[in-house]
Amino acid sequence: MPDLITKNAPAGDGETPAERVVVPEPQAEKPRSLGLDAWHDLRKRPVFIISAVLIVLLVLFAIAPGLFTSVDPRAGDLSKHYLSKPNYLHFFQGDWFGYDGQGRSIYARMIYGARASVVVGICVTAGVTIVGGLLGMVAGYYGGWVDTIVSRFTDMVFGIPLLLGALVILNAFSVRTIWSVVFALVVLGWTQMTRVMRGSVITVKQSDYVTAAKALGAGTGRIMFKHILPNAIAPVIVVATIALGGYIAAEATLSFLGIGLQDPTISWGIDINSAQKVIRQAPFVLFFPAGMLSVTVLAFIMLGDAVRDALDPKLR
Amino acid sequence: MGRYVARRLLQMIPVFLGTVTIIFFMTRMLPGDPAAAMWGDKAADPAQLAAFKHQMGLDVSKWQQYLNYMGDLFTGDFGTTMTGRKVTDLIGESFPVTIRLALLAFAFELIVGVAIGLFAGLRRGKAFDKSTLVLTLLLISIPVPVLGFIFQNVFAIQLGWITPTVQSSTNLGQLILPAIVLGSISLAYVARLTRTSIAENLKADYMRTAVAKGLPKRKVIGTHLLRNSMIPVVTFLGTDLGALMGGAIVTEGIFNVQGVGNALYHAIGRSEGATVSGFVVVLVLVYLFASLLVDLLYAVLDPRIRYA
Repeated sequence: MPDLITKNAPAGDGETPAERVVVPEPQAEKPRSLGLDAWHDLRKRPVFIISAVLIVLLVLFAIAPGLFTSVDPRAGDLSKHYLSKPNYLHFFQGDWFGYDGQGRSIYARMIYGARASVVVGICVTAGVTIVGGLLGMVAGYYGGWVDTIVSRFTDMVFGIPLLLGALVILNAFSVRTIWSVVFALVVLGWTQMTRVMRGSVITVKQSDYVTAAKALGAGTGRIMFKHILPNAIAPVIVVATIALGGYIAAEATLSFLGIGLQDPTISWGIDINSAQKVIRQAPFVLFFPAGMLSVTVLAFIMLGDAVRDALDPKLR
Repeated sequence: MGRYVARRLLQMIPVFLGTVTIIFFMTRMLPGDPAAAMWGDKAADPAQLAAFKHQMGLDVSKWQQYLNYMGDLFTGDFGTTMTGRKVTDLIGESFPVTIRLALLAFAFELIVGVAIGLFAGLRRGKAFDKSTLVLTLLLISIPVPVLGFIFQNVFAIQLGWITPTVQSSTNLGQLILPAIVLGSISLAYVARLTRTSIAENLKADYMRTAVAKGLPKRKVIGTHLLRNSMIPVVTFLGTDLGALMGGAIVTEGIFNVQGVGNALYHAIGRSEGATVSGFVVVLVLVYLFASLLVDLLYAVLDPRIRYA
């Protein structure tokens, strides 16, 4: 049941499998597919449930921040500046978590910051999976000189450190939006997916059912997408889910360095950067965006862990 | 073995050339004119600007610049910065600092990570193992800037155990805190990899044999279990060494370490193509040799792997 695997996979577009996959009752005589099996396994894991709940919440923040706060995250009221009163006194006054250096509500910025992180994480993961997956598929399936060219090119790009390369690319944009950050991370990040996909395709392509499909006269496209892809995608899904958290952290780090997102985009990375200047006077200004960022990365890494355990029979 | 190394070294050449080419064009495509930027906000005198560009070799086409750069590179000339310093001088100044920092971080993650992973793997499912899994997950999810500021604030400012920033880059004591921050995420990965590998190999036949023939526990774990479990860890550490050196931008910024990350960050901000590509050339070399070393270490760890 290949379509179940792909449905199960992308925490990608922000919904948990729980919302999308209607699992039929397993029938005793019919053996479960890998995807269905993994899904049954996942539902029972507390780690998966916790991370799924967190991710659903984050996606809600990203789609409809207005549901959680009616405060404008960009409205600054300098009379509420964190230093205008003694620290912590206004911690729970008026607004939840106090105000930052420009008198903007920290709570509102925490909620609105989710959008940049979630969009960057999901789009970069989708981008590297498509680009890297296709290249890996072509290299693994055709072999020979195609494989040599793709693999050597992958090696070349793999040698460039992600953060460093992204800094160089982003420096070329005078106005940086979410999409320029996505672009820079995809351009440098696809190599890992290519390697995983290539290895997986090489193993699968030697299977009997591929030979059988060839003997029956199936075209290259059909063999690649109907026979090889569903069977080779599991490791790619695992790597992609775990990498998602890493891309979110990368965006925040780039924004922190001042070469990622820019105002007026709201990003936890930018907020961490402005909060670090006042860390000694008002540590709570740093605590909230940093905490949200950590929880977000944690949720996606936990999801990746659970998906890996469910998809990798060796670990069970 | 010798032939294998020679073949690998030959294979490195096209990869190296390719990466340098990519990074050359990436850095030279940066917008803005770094030569004109030398005059600040003032408009440059056209004749002076032209003379300066000629002196820097920027008045020819990008392709000609590329050929000149590659030619110079093989004679060991990495070009000069816009202020006329040799890039090789800059490299010689900042790399030793970063190498010290990276090696400290590397030792930290290797020793502590393997130790934690070993104990957790031996006691799989027990309290220590479970808390290791949770704590490493937490460590992985805290981004480096956050971790850096927390450590700096707690250990240097509140507790005063150490100076908040590095004043002398040869003082290893001052480098310890940044090294711990730099190595912490990798430490979590090392611990997890070691744990999984140990727990898996505990069930192997050779372990049963080693215990059955009456070897002392220390020897069973040290020579049989640990050695066999190190392959995935070594793979990770090999790619990590390069990442530690190139990825220290944030850590070096927080702790004011005058190393590669700091130099690169400023060079990128000033669109100094020659400096950026010069540094990346060295980083790529480090990465390539580290991955060769990893493959050779496989054979040391597992005698079944031979390189003809």
